[in-house]
Amino acid sequence: MTDVAALAEPRDLEQVRARRSALVKGARGAFWAAFCALLLAFPVIFPNPTVTSIAVFTVIFMTAATAWNAFSGYSGYIALGHAAFFGTGAYTLAVISTDIHMAPGYGVFSLVPLGGLVAAAAAVPIGLIALRTRRHTFVVLTIAIFFIFQLLATNLSFTGGSSGEATPAPAWSAGGYNDRFYYAGLVCLAVAVAVTLLIRRSRFGLQLLAIRDDEDRAAGLGVAVTRVKLVAFVASAFSVGMVGALYAYFLGQIYPQFAFDPLFDLSVALMAFLGGLGTVSGPLLGALLLEPLQQYFTLQFSASDLYLVVYGALFLAVILFMPRGVVPTVAGALAARRERRAERGRA
Amino acid sequence: MSPLGTQVVQAVVDGVLTGGVYALMAAGLTLIFGVMDIINIAQGILVVLGAYLSYLLSVHLGLDLFVGLVVTVPALFVVGVVVEWAFMRRLAERERTAMSILVTYAVALVIEGLLSVGFGTNYVELNAWYVNRSVHLLGFYLPDIYLFGFALAAVLLGALYAVLYRTRFGASVRASLQDRTAARLVGVNVERVATICFGLGVAVTAAGGMVFGATNAFNPNSGYDLISRLLTIVILGGLGSVGGALGAAVLMLVIEDVVAVVWSPIWSDVVFFAVLVAVLSVRPVGLFGRTLSRAQ
Repeated sequence: MTDVAALAEPRDLEQVRARRSALVKGARGAFWAAFCALLLAFPVIFPNPTVTSIAVFTVIFMTAATAWNAFSGYSGYIALGHAAFFGTGAYTLAVISTDIHMAPGYGVFSLVPLGGLVAAAAAVPIGLIALRTRRHTFVVLTIAIFFIFQLLATNLSFTGGSSGEATPAPAWSAGGYNDRFYYAGLVCLAVAVAVTLLIRRSRFGLQLLAIRDDEDRAAGLGVAVTRVKLVAFVASAFSVGMVGALYAYFLGQIYPQFAFDPLFDLSVALMAFLGGLGTVSGPLLGALLLEPLQQYFTLQFSASDLYLVVYGALFLAVILFMPRGVVPTVAGALAARRERRAERGRA
Repeated sequence: MSPLGTQVVQAVVDGVLTGGVYALMAAGLTLIFGVMDIINIAQGILVVLGAYLSYLLSVHLGLDLFVGLVVTVPALFVVGVVVEWAFMRRLAERERTAMSILVTYAVALVIEGLLSVGFGTNYVELNAWYVNRSVHLLGFYLPDIYLFGFALAAVLLGALYAVLYRTRFGASVRASLQDRTAARLVGVNVERVATICFGLGVAVTAAGGMVFGATNAFNPNSGYDLISRLLTIVILGGLGSVGGALGAAVLMLVIEDVVAVVWSPIWSDVVFFAVLVAVLSVRPVGLFGRTLSRAQ
């Protein structure tokens, strides 16, 4: 829409806008560089174990929200069952490392990508079934499949049932214990962001967006809708499975109701939504805001009940005041301001 | 009859009786969907809220559970109207599906958090003279509360039917169900219909919650289990079809109870969701669903 408007506008305004957009691009690059540097240096700046533990959870959720957004944000299919993939990754690491008596240490991290692969493999049949339906039915089907996974984890014998499954406990010193998980989490985050960028800037991503806007028309124009949706779904499950495995190793003990947590589904959706659905930075920002908040509440009040109220109320407030999410709303406001300035400059 | 045969018949009877109550709760959910194109994820926690309200009235005021409904049903109607007014009608048309699910989920979280703060997470149960009694009939045990609950569900569903099919308001609801734009053209105030329907759909959870609380121990976490079952029922019944919700509720509860008897109670929950996945992979519109364009 804005592109069409730009074409119709006089040249001088176009030039002003080109200069400005170059400026914006430079500022954006600098911002991302600073952001990455901050992420890398974080445990050095804040070595306090309480803080780094919150940082590990935050990076895990930044990854999960980014991965969720890579499918749901771009395809418009709201999946509320990604906790199934998170739990699958967690149980993959816990069960395998226990069964082959893996030595605690760095070796266990090698099971993290495997957790992603198993989750991705589980996502293929799930996607084939669920993606035949649309909208509400799809949402409910993903919730139902999630509950099947949770019940299986509770009822099957190899998962340890409701008493859970332990992971090897590494004998790292308390000082840098969390840092190893933090950097492993950053690698997962890099993978998830890379997948999102790959989707965003490719023909594949355009096909996915076409499906979001009008699936029937996209199919009519020759998009292989089932394949495109399935690939995005499986890619999304892969990253979520990886951080699920990391989560299990970090916690040291997992239980069916925490590895397969219905609140996880909502959390990642809220994070992506709060930041801005279908943007790269939105889910990152959402997770950066919400996960430390949750951890803070858990630590501060030793109960997550009050946190539920704050979380829900915050989300409802965002819906009322920024129905598109923080990033698109702020970006829109900035763009409008630039526009006004450019107008003034012309006059 | 063989002992297993008796057990199976008993399970079918139980399933039909409890299915009636689930049908009532699911009817509210499917009514809201039909009129507003919204899935109310908060329906599960609202059932729990209804149960807690009944709990308060019976423990502190000594009010009978069924008499207490005179207070709890209107109270939840008001809750429904407020939620619709505050959030639902503000959703943009384009992203209604996704947004409604997230918004009602957030509403559910707020209610769950408030209930946890207010009541703690210990399980409680509703009590009355009929809760632990049962009638012995033709070799079967029929718990009183199941019978009373079924009767209540039948009465309320009958009332809902009468409102929908015998009143002018019901005609505007059905018109809005079929086609919002056309309904608006012939003078139906679709917004008002939507608000009242959301209120009605939530109000029935007060009754459902009371019976649920009298037959199950519950805590603020019980909402997840409930909503996943209710969603399964309304999807199987075909979204927006009240009759389909009735059929699916009874069918699913019977299947669950029979599986618990012939196989194992721990697998009956899995079967519940597995049936949904199996049915939808063959028939994406659900068992009693209408055309694809409407159900999806």
